[in-house]
Amino acid sequence: MEISTRDLWTVVHGMGFGALFMLAFSGALAELYRLSALGAPGQSSGRQQKLLNFYLLAMVILAWLTVFTGAYIVYPWYRAVPPAGTSDLADYPRRLLLSSGRTSEWHNVGMEWKEHVAWLAPIAMTMVAYVTMKYARALAKPQYMRAVLGFAVAAFLATGVAGAFGAFLNKYAPVRGGSVIILLEGEQ
Amino acid sequence: MSAWQKETRAGSNLPNGPAAAAILAAGIGCGALGILAFAGDASDTMGKALNFYSPTGTLSGVTTLAIVIWLAAWLSLHLAWRWRDVAMGAVNLASFALLAVGFLLTFPPFMDLLQGK
Repeated sequence: MEISTRDLWTVVHGMGFGALFMLAFSGALAELYRLSALGAPGQSSGRQQKLLNFYLLAMVILAWLTVFTGAYIVYPWYRAVPPAGTSDLADYPRRLLLSSGRTSEWHNVGMEWKEHVAWLAPIAMTMVAYVTMKYARALAKPQYMRAVLGFAVAAFLATGVAGAFGAFLNKYAPVRGGSVIILLEGEQ
Repeated sequence: MSAWQKETRAGSNLPNGPAAAAILAAGIGCGALGILAFAGDASDTMGKALNFYSPTGTLSGVTTLAIVIWLAAWLSLHLAWRWRDVAMGAVNLASFALLAVGFLLTFPPFMDLLQGK
């Protein structure tokens, strides 16, 4: 069982930080919606509030880790320029996709949208976490909750777009190469 | 109990200014991201100017500047509104409009439409 360093970083970026962040939305949105529900007291116990604060802070950290590892570790490998005369583009995913009209839109639409829209999520979630933590007791008021829930849903959508295109792009033009890490060695 | 905990326990007595500042700044950051992404796509000169880190290309400048604009807006608005109550309806409306700008201007078919491609 072996994996290349580039594969490993792609997994850390997408399946580690990104997928964990995406999964966390179900809990965050459910709790924020519960707090906003008409008639709900909106006053969690101290322990519940601390848990929500910790949960949202973890999401913020995951969101920023996802976009920074994507933009500054994985993306440079994706957009690497092959030396002149290179015919095998397997190690140059962007060029590989652009080399055929049947795959070029995965880059022109998929990657171009993903690389930008993903950054809306950490900005939005940082605000959501800050307002939730600062206005714990008053959060259920519509003046706060509209923005908090709206931006949380927007962050979820942005993450969904980025994650879905990331998965497809990794299917059609995976980032490969780098040194090999042997995780387990079989008998044969 | 820390000052922060005392503040959040008081909760509903806080002025809404700090929340409004954070919400509007998030909208400004998202809008700035969209506008910068569009500018980098539409203009070669802007694209090159936004190339802060060659391996990442234009994306590096677009996102760095968007973060700087977002944080600068948050700090300025926070300092201006921290003890005040502001009209949250207008703040929310502006923030959602800017968020929509961020979504639309990062969507390549919409960028192409604006450029007449």
